[in-house]
Amino acid sequence: MTSVVDLAAIGLTLELAAVTTTILLVLGTPVAWWLARTRSAFKGAVGAVVALPLVLPPTVIGFYLLVTMGPHGPIGQFTQALGIGLLPFSFAGLVVGSVFYSLPFVVQPLQQAFEAIGERPLEVAVTLRAGALDTFFSVVLPLARPGFVTAAVLGFAHTVGEFGVVLMIGGNIPDRTRVVSVQIYNHVEALEYAEAHWLSAGMVVFSFLVLLLLNRRKRGSVR
Amino acid sequence: MKAVLARLLCAAAVLSCGTAPAAEVSVAVAANFTAPMQKIAAEFERDTGHKARLAFGATGKLYAQITNGAPFELFLSADDTTPAKLEQEGVAVAGSRFTYAIGRLVLWSAQPGVVDDKGEVLKRGAFAHLAVANPKTAPYGAAAMAVLRRLGLADALAPKLVTGENIAQTHQFVASGNVELGFLALSQVWADGRLTGGSAWQVPAELHEPLRQDAVILAAGRDKPAARALADYLRGAKAAAIIRSYGYGL
Repeated sequence: MTSVVDLAAIGLTLELAAVTTTILLVLGTPVAWWLARTRSAFKGAVGAVVALPLVLPPTVIGFYLLVTMGPHGPIGQFTQALGIGLLPFSFAGLVVGSVFYSLPFVVQPLQQAFEAIGERPLEVAVTLRAGALDTFFSVVLPLARPGFVTAAVLGFAHTVGEFGVVLMIGGNIPDRTRVVSVQIYNHVEALEYAEAHWLSAGMVVFSFLVLLLLNRRKRGSVR
Repeated sequence: MKAVLARLLCAAAVLSCGTAPAAEVSVAVAANFTAPMQKIAAEFERDTGHKARLAFGATGKLYAQITNGAPFELFLSADDTTPAKLEQEGVAVAGSRFTYAIGRLVLWSAQPGVVDDKGEVLKRGAFAHLAVANPKTAPYGAAAMAVLRRLGLADALAPKLVTGENIAQTHQFVASGNVELGFLALSQVWADGRLTGGSAWQVPAELHEPLRQDAVILAAGRDKPAARALADYLRGAKAAAIIRSYGYGL
């Protein structure tokens, strides 16, 4: 029985990380592009908002998400008016929380990759009469490919390791919001240390392999 | 992946379902009651055919979730004040509150021979640290501090206190040997009617306020037969035996 519950938690975690990473790549690319190019006075403020999840305790993020997405919060009233009900304690709510929580892990590598490209290739593209979209897809995207890989891997791994936010807005509901980190918490609270060890060790190995892979890639791209 | 999981879950559900029309009940459970509740829920599913969906968490966190729209139908709190508050706020069904377990406090060490069965070890003070749960948030921590005050040792032992965020973390401090002894829930070191290891003093209940753990049916469970059924089941003989076997009083 325990292993069925654990398997469900693992499946849910992978699904959450995949959905979150996909959304973040789509949402994060224009934000990172804007941050890399803009001379706007708002650049500092937007950059700081993107980086907020790096320094805020997950409980703070989870608490504010719970209150704003709840029945009395602005987002909650908006989603209720749209007829989709409330987001907390649902998979959709976890996705919203994870997107915010993992935002800097996707936007920052992308921003760095875009900045590293510099002005020159873009100017050349313009002299060759390439349109803005053409330039982006034929010049920027291929040049920033390592940045996209790093962003995707970090966004995925960071979402897998999420705990405080998902416990707060997910509510630890089996099959719906109970991800691996929350399942570990359950095992520990039930003093089922052997089961907790299995899942925890799996997380450690997974995280190590992800970082090892990233380092390999980085060294490879330098050469 | 999803299809395989769904099939596995179905198999598990079929095993636990009887022939009665199956309904589902969503239960928020205080973390300290995780293990007994898993056992009770399994028996409940076998006996009634209803399915209990259990969500565990710290009582304060569960309270925040319930008041912010969490879809729980029954709430098993770690104290008696939170369910009363929910009832006052109209989030819980009035009159549905009952005590499902009474916590017992224990002074425990992972090593045999450290704690004597009268708690004299506290007066001798021959230890570097004493673990308690945060008295502000954990009822067991508050009870532990009350005991120290009653024994007149609160001030003398204050420099030696190590505070766990909750009772489970406090248990980890002591079980890992990082702290020599600490005040825990008896249910954490008790199985099948006896101590699982180490040495202990079962603190007499009159030294602190009773650690009543109350359950209440929430607004979402008002018209759910499965919620009523589980509330009744918790008061039944089978559940009582399980609750006692984990070191809780009734």
